Amino acid sequence: MTALLTKDARRVDATDARIAALELPKGGFTGPARADALKRLRAMGLPVRRDEYWKFTDPTALNAHEPTAAPALPLIEPLLFANRDRVSLVFTDGVFDSEASDDLALAGVEIHRLAEADRADIHWARDLYGVLEARGQMPVARPFAALNTAAATDGVLIRVTGKAEKPLHIYYNHSGDFSDAIVHHCIRVEPGAELTLLETGPAAARFNKVLEVDVAEGGRFHHVRAQGRDHARRAVTHVFARVGREALFKSFTLTVNGALTRNEAVIEIVGDNAVAHVAGAALGDGKDGKYHHDDTVFVTHDAVACESRQVFKKVLKNGATGVFQGKILVKPAAQKTDGYQISQSLLLDDDSQFLAKPELEIYADDVKCSHGSTTGAIDETALFYLRSRGIPIEDAKTLLILSFLADAIAEIDDADIAADIVARLEGWLARRRG
Amino acid sequence: MLEIKNLHVELEEEGKPILKGVNLTVEAGKVHAIMGPNGSGKSTLSYVLSGRDGYAVTEGGATLDGEELLEMEPEERAAAGLFLAFQYPVEIPGVGNMTFLRTAVNAQRKARGEEELSAGEFLKAVREKAKTLKIDAEMLKRPVNVGFSGGEKKRNEILQMAMLEPRMCILDETDSGLDVDAMKLVAEGVNALRDPSRAFLVITHYQRLLDHIKPDVVHIMADGRIVKTGGPELALEVEKNGYADIVAELA
Repeated sequence: MTALLTKDARRVDATDARIAALELPKGGFTGPARADALKRLRAMGLPVRRDEYWKFTDPTALNAHEPTAAPALPLIEPLLFANRDRVSLVFTDGVFDSEASDDLALAGVEIHRLAEADRADIHWARDLYGVLEARGQMPVARPFAALNTAAATDGVLIRVTGKAEKPLHIYYNHSGDFSDAIVHHCIRVEPGAELTLLETGPAAARFNKVLEVDVAEGGRFHHVRAQGRDHARRAVTHVFARVGREALFKSFTLTVNGALTRNEAVIEIVGDNAVAHVAGAALGDGKDGKYHHDDTVFVTHDAVACESRQVFKKVLKNGATGVFQGKILVKPAAQKTDGYQISQSLLLDDDSQFLAKPELEIYADDVKCSHGSTTGAIDETALFYLRSRGIPIEDAKTLLILSFLADAIAEIDDADIAADIVARLEGWLARRRG
Repeated sequence: MLEIKNLHVELEEEGKPILKGVNLTVEAGKVHAIMGPNGSGKSTLSYVLSGRDGYAVTEGGATLDGEELLEMEPEERAAAGLFLAFQYPVEIPGVGNMTFLRTAVNAQRKARGEEELSAGEFLKAVREKAKTLKIDAEMLKRPVNVGFSGGEKKRNEILQMAMLEPRMCILDETDSGLDVDAMKLVAEGVNALRDPSRAFLVITHYQRLLDHIKPDVVHIMADGRIVKTGGPELALEVEKNGYADIVAELA
């Protein structure tokens, strides 16, 4: 392992000190997985700037023993998706809030709270907790995910056995200025089953979240999340997905503000004719301090005739930074792969920057893989066209920004949910004109 | 209605003069045509009047109904009743044609202090006008100009014109890239809008568009100036002899 070779004494000390400062739950049936994760974390060490996948993003605030203060901002808009028929689960500073949550009853879906279920032995969850995370550590180390598996204090374990009649909505409420939340969810979508998972809210001052999703044969999983808005909050999140034969996995993320967001998606396509799409729309305004948004994506094709898409768009202003590191790995057996990757940024001023590292690694000979990356400003010709029709300049810019983001939003299958996301975007753009 | 006086314009970046003293008056109810060879400044004139960036007015000016046009923002000019049908209509992925039209119509109404159209009123008006231009529901739903053929794009420009009901319409090479049938359709759309209170400035290379949109006055533009003005017969003369004779005769 590369991480072992490059680790030095300082990294070992820092990692040991961080682990010593953590409160580590013993765990019931997750105990062995937590112990293994801790070993992995010690072996790879916490990241440093010179690590290949941390060159563009400074991990200091994520490595620190204590989070930097991040005050919870008052809500200025109604809760996203509140008008949709859904089952709502609420976490406050990373702790499940049963009072604020709906009854955990949804036909076709089994839901357990991690903190409680750990005392029981839920065999399907034992096969999942930390398992996909561990698989996702090769060939690129993801130390914060290992830390999460070892130290997660709460989360939900979800098993989907039929077609869920409504979406499951997890809302992450942020309350404490120094809250440091470590949340871990596992989702198993059984063959032919289907679930839509919605995730919203600012979560905590510092938020480390892992979502492990195992989509079995013919299963369908839709994921739409909106990372909210507290300006100083810092988050590192991982989605680890394993996608089986003829299964569908789709994940879309909207990120507005937050000082630091690192979203990793690690997707392993293991069954033939499967589809995996991962998309993101990020809006960053550096006006309130720092805005740094990093999407790091790794899609592995290990089956025949599968399709993957990565669509990432960022709108940046006032010194905001956007990062995209995306990889498609096609293993020798993955013939007839159709892989696509696009990352684009719209820079609204000269102070903002976009750093992109697209990677393709292909070992099969009969595949179709394409990738592209662009950085640009608002198209002056299009802007003039809209204004010449009487649309005021700021409205015209809003239309062009929405136009820029359209391909990412198109990755949301449900039209109502997509409309809610667009409305949220419009609200943000209206508040941050000029 | 539109009055252009001694208009001098240069490209902002290069400082290259393009318009070198254009004088032109277009009266309400009239159709004026501007013809001229490539590079004579026809399109520049349309862009300067509608407010595109990148041009510097060094002398002279233009008024619409007595109001200084060149000091207004493009959207203010539109609200004041100016419309430019683009030679190359712009594609805007991800923005529905209907959304775009409705945003534009209501923005102009708002700017003029009028009530915005309700969704129902708007839909009814669009459907009616789209029908005469043979624009189907599918085309209205698609993103603005994305995947439209040349003819569809130009018809879409005329639909916008019909919905926005401007009083001063400038058509920049609307015939370019159109076959005869598409040109007829576009011309019919324009003719349907002819009205005693509305004026047109039709910019074109060729006489053929003017067979369908009959001008009252024809101007020849060369080297940044209007060099000759006449009736519809002037367009026929150009068709027969080209621009070289006219330009040579003036030299």
